[in-house]
Amino acid sequence: MPKHDTPLLDELEKGPWPSFVTDLKRQAEKKPECFDILGQLELSFKDKITHWKHGGIVGVFGYGGGIVGRYSDVPERFPGVAHFHTVRLNQPSSKFYSSAKLRDICNLWEKYGSGMTNMHGSTGDLVLLGTTTPNLEPLFYELTHDLNQDLGGSGSNLRTPECCLGRARCEWGCYDTQDLCHTLTMHYQDEIHRPAFPYKFKFKFSGCPNDCVAAIARSDFAVIGTWRDDIRIDQAAVKGYITGEFAPNAGAHSGKDWGKFDIKKEVLDLCPTECMWMEGDTLKIDNSECTRCMHCINVMPRALRPGKQQGATICVGAKAPILDGAQFATMTIPFIEVKKNEDGEFAEVVEVIEKIWDWWMEVGKNRERVGETIMRVGLPTFLKVMEVTPAPQHVKEPRSNPYVFWQADEVEGGWDRDVKEFRKRNAQ
Amino acid sequence: MGYDPANPMADRITDIGPPHYEQFFPPVVKKNYGKWLYHEIIQPGVLMHKGESGDECYTVRVGCARLISIELIREICDIADAHCDGFVRWTTRNNVEFMVDSKAKVQPLMDDLKSRGNKFPVGGTGASVSNCVHTQGWIHCHTPATDASGVVKAVMDELFDYFTSHKLPAQVRVALACCLNMCGAVHASDIAILGIHRKPPMIDHDAITGLCELPLAISSCPLGAVKPATVKNSAGEDIKSVKVNAERCMFCGNCYTMCPAMPLADPDGDGIAILVGGKVSNSRSMPMFSKLVIPFLPNTPPRWPETVAAVKNILETYAKDARKYERVGEWAARIGWEKFFEKTGIPFTIKSVDDYRLAYDTWRTTTQFKFTSHIK
Repeated sequence: MPKHDTPLLDELEKGPWPSFVTDLKRQAEKKPECFDILGQLELSFKDKITHWKHGGIVGVFGYGGGIVGRYSDVPERFPGVAHFHTVRLNQPSSKFYSSAKLRDICNLWEKYGSGMTNMHGSTGDLVLLGTTTPNLEPLFYELTHDLNQDLGGSGSNLRTPECCLGRARCEWGCYDTQDLCHTLTMHYQDEIHRPAFPYKFKFKFSGCPNDCVAAIARSDFAVIGTWRDDIRIDQAAVKGYITGEFAPNAGAHSGKDWGKFDIKKEVLDLCPTECMWMEGDTLKIDNSECTRCMHCINVMPRALRPGKQQGATICVGAKAPILDGAQFATMTIPFIEVKKNEDGEFAEVVEVIEKIWDWWMEVGKNRERVGETIMRVGLPTFLKVMEVTPAPQHVKEPRSNPYVFWQADEVEGGWDRDVKEFRKRNAQ
Repeated sequence: MGYDPANPMADRITDIGPPHYEQFFPPVVKKNYGKWLYHEIIQPGVLMHKGESGDECYTVRVGCARLISIELIREICDIADAHCDGFVRWTTRNNVEFMVDSKAKVQPLMDDLKSRGNKFPVGGTGASVSNCVHTQGWIHCHTPATDASGVVKAVMDELFDYFTSHKLPAQVRVALACCLNMCGAVHASDIAILGIHRKPPMIDHDAITGLCELPLAISSCPLGAVKPATVKNSAGEDIKSVKVNAERCMFCGNCYTMCPAMPLADPDGDGIAILVGGKVSNSRSMPMFSKLVIPFLPNTPPRWPETVAAVKNILETYAKDARKYERVGEWAARIGWEKFFEKTGIPFTIKSVDDYRLAYDTWRTTTQFKFTSHIK
């Protein structure tokens, strides 16, 4: 495959940020189909439109997801990308790798694909970009036999679950995000590989309310770490921040002179519930008023830590705007201990998940995310399905209209009445 | 052994899932798992995590394109082998993190990274613009309204100084999705770059019969603008197809997702909208959606100067005006969106007034507002 002139793309080799064009050109020396990637992308830059055809169903035997078909609409000009399917590999929880593992993946992809990847896709998969239909089965064989590695999800199935790095390298992980993510990924292999849902369903696991994997914005099932006792305080370290011994916010503001650290202005006054105050040089917190937003802990990580009674809040139903508009996940289970039973399963979390699925698989319409189903039937119906006791925590404020869907058995005497009897007392 | 094309199901292995994460932990991570005390960012891009054991884990974070070659991954492996006991990780924002277990090992690692040209910029921590998450765009997607990697490269070149420093009021998350499907969701980003269409779908009556299930195409439209119709194809035959009420089209592209015979991409119709002020974290304020402030900017490859300038203007106006810790959305909410438009100089147009579902939530139902230049 010959080189193509790419005057427009060449402009993206300039500038300080790493250039994917330079990278593609380097890869093309070993994998000449990358010249055709560059050539077709250059044509898109010129035409201001994509040159990939719509869809194309390809896969490996027995799986309904993990491979996304892709074909060029100008294959004669760029035969190297005539077929250019995507392979999604399920990433290890929180994306730590050994160089040995990565080199194995690189070697496999040098053999069967274009050499180009996404590290990582938006849902978390390690994405291999660009291979042909005949390569799929041999690739899958070597992937599973030699690399001990499986595909991720695509289509109307459980998408590849994703978690923050949690307790691996963060002091705020209120439950073991990686263990939960990995255990559920293994538990639900069938749901990941064989589409059986109305639409996609995403799990995301964040260890604290900072929510570094955007669970509350992007997942149908968001498990976000929290605690229900008191924030742990090291008063000596609080003094360290006040005297300037420690940089606030772990040094995150070091590039500008914001003046001396002012605990009142930067912590107490920014607390959304105003539940903190100083008594002399001692920091006090009324923990019963705290909503666990993390601001004070973020600003003084050496002095404050989440409490010890840790677990998670489960929120359900986030999605991007298509179709009814964007939704954040709705707080459904205020607190759950995220613990394994003796069988090594997170049984209580599994029970919550399967309550949602059993209901949604029955009432969800084709291509309706669970958040849209909840929106359609209403949160009260969903809370009943979940067998959750309704609490003020489920709403920002009570409803401001009186249109309650009363049930017959909630009303004295029910709904069966005789209009003739009624007319004897109340004439027309 | 090996794959046998004559017998593809022979000794097949399925449903084994991903490899267990623990085998990929650097020793200092494995030893201190769940026992970290606190962290510090000792300089932009360099984190120190302190364990209860007294151990320290130093992390050097480097920016990276999302689209990368196996040659680059192998180079990353070489660096991990030379400095990090052969371990490395990626963040959710496409940054690469190299971890070492003592401060003495940081500088040699940094020197190595620096010696490799501009491939491994150190930064993306604290009050910075971290790496821009994004979708595929023209490199690999069939529905985009703009490119992704190209726009992101142009934006990050311009914001580079904010990636490598800590001079903003808070972290700023920039994200790009190349169409409304948002396979990389940008609806809760400080600054969102979103590819949009502006021309209704065309209908390929010669192809629709074989390609589409008409009821799915019709029901895909959230506004009922796609209706069944009997039309003549180019052979003069009456066929069952669809028609589109263009006045009702909101250009979401959902019909094209369901029916490949209804393409809507167009060199002049497509472009970029800018949305501002979203956040995911629960810190201080609740999570917020990004709000549409610039309805359209043209697609201008290779470097999208209008989009780059718009993002930079919003970022720098915020940087000058916001208080310490305030995210873009918190700043705009405090000063009022009328002030946001005034300070940024972005013209307010009727296209920022919501007329889709749940729109009423965003209309102003109070006499409280600020008199800005918008009120004549």
